[in-house]
Amino acid sequence: MPRPTVIEVENLRKTYGPVIAVETVSLEVYKGEIFGLVGPNGAGKTTSVECIEGLRRPDAGKLRVLGLDPGRDGYALRERIGVQLQESALQNRIKVWEALDLFASLNARSVPWEPLLDQLGLAEKRNAPFAKLSGGQKQRLYIALALVNDPEIIFLDELTTGLDPQARRAMWDLVRQVRDRGKTVVLTTHFMEEAERLCDRVAVMDHGRIVALDTPEKLIQSIGVESRVVFVLVQPADLTGLNGLEEVSRMEQTGDRIVVYGRSDQTVVEVVKFLSTNRVRFRDLRTEQPTMDDVFLTLTGREMRE
Amino acid sequence: MTMKMMRGFWKLTWVEFKLFLREPMASFFTLIFPLMMLFLFGSIYGNKPNPFFGGLGFIDTAVPAYTAMIIGTSGLISLSISIASYREQGILRRFKATTLRPQAILGSQVIQVFSVTLLGMILLVIAGKIVFHLRFPGNPLSVFAGFVLGSMSFFALGFIIASVMPTARSSQVTAMVLFYPMLFLSGASIPREVLPPAVRSFSRFLPLTPVVDLLRGLWQGESWGKHLGEVAFLAVILIAGVLISAKTFKWE
Repeated sequence: MPRPTVIEVENLRKTYGPVIAVETVSLEVYKGEIFGLVGPNGAGKTTSVECIEGLRRPDAGKLRVLGLDPGRDGYALRERIGVQLQESALQNRIKVWEALDLFASLNARSVPWEPLLDQLGLAEKRNAPFAKLSGGQKQRLYIALALVNDPEIIFLDELTTGLDPQARRAMWDLVRQVRDRGKTVVLTTHFMEEAERLCDRVAVMDHGRIVALDTPEKLIQSIGVESRVVFVLVQPADLTGLNGLEEVSRMEQTGDRIVVYGRSDQTVVEVVKFLSTNRVRFRDLRTEQPTMDDVFLTLTGREMRE
Repeated sequence: MTMKMMRGFWKLTWVEFKLFLREPMASFFTLIFPLMMLFLFGSIYGNKPNPFFGGLGFIDTAVPAYTAMIIGTSGLISLSISIASYREQGILRRFKATTLRPQAILGSQVIQVFSVTLLGMILLVIAGKIVFHLRFPGNPLSVFAGFVLGSMSFFALGFIIASVMPTARSSQVTAMVLFYPMLFLSGASIPREVLPPAVRSFSRFLPLTPVVDLLRGLWQGESWGKHLGEVAFLAVILIAGVLISAKTFKWE
């Protein structure tokens, strides 16, 4: 059974004077999924999301969010969605609990905010002023504020930018928990790894357009990049036989470092078997799968770098 | 507006009020500094009736004048800096993305600043009454109306600065540059009666001067008819401020 659609975007377009922020974007988001818009800075992710949230008025295109038109029913929509914005802040001296209490009072429906403090690990920061929070704590507070009206969709814009890897992983767990509570999550990120690990479906954006949209697995499969088996020779050996293996497409040697390319999961099995049969001494063997970075590189011809 | 929306609006206003009290500089200049001036100069000049002040004492003229000073601080400095820095930090942007209407977000700022301005005046009046036997020949409602007009005109000035200046820093500098000459020349801290005639005729054109003259006049029980010039001056500032900031105000 297909899942219900909560967001429909058709040919969204948004310009700022001569600058085309979003050239054309069409997408659908299904209930209960984590949907990611990924792409480099300036790809049009934030503009697209802010049009969907009803914070910006698109130049053209059809938008439906939870059956509402974000341009016309913006305030009704805000009752039912939660947003975390890029480049926003709270008052320096507002306390964590005051912010939650305030935001809870702004919506017709709200959940008790005390449990949210616990769930987001902010319980002992309850009386801390906003300015004294760390980057990760601020982001967690934003998520709590976005959840306080018990929204059906939550929008997270560059949630983990500026966080260290550990805090980033903790944030991913939080986002998954939000999804597991039945909410739909729409997030933007310029970390390909984040899109791959976290999102159920991903739209890859570049220059104001969506260049691909699918699950991360299917996107990675679709580009046809081979997986690699990489190892280091401990002493010189004749490896020409590797090229004859069925699951190996080619092999590269740079000094004592060997890279074997192949398209199937069996490649690594055959390579290891070959090495042990021929008593080749090696170390540091590992496999490298294609990632979303390869997807971006293949689709746009450019490396995805911060 | 629904009940729910009003609740959010008042909650934001209350939070803003608490935040103001946590800001030591702002509370000092609005609430404490005028009291210090009152005690300092009150202890020097006392409050004996004096023909120089039309038969009233020093304190009887200082209370409305210092009230004008608080209005100047609140409108020009507190309001403009807080709006400009809220914009720069993305706080306005954050609240604009809630169910709060734009007029509620800015309105809560105005009400918060208005209440602390009023609180500043009330502290002056209480201190004047208790310590210096403050005389008040005027009509309380009339003085309150003058207080509201002066406040709103200066809040409008503050909004112009916050709208026109690109950064919080430039708003602050502009506010200071405008405020300090007014503080000393408009009669808000030093009675204009002691200024040389040339300075006095120039200082008539400073926007804080009509606030001082209007409040002092109403405090003494003079009629509004005697102060139509000041009322017109302040009304023009108020209307210009609303129009200019409506045209130029930016949320981010």
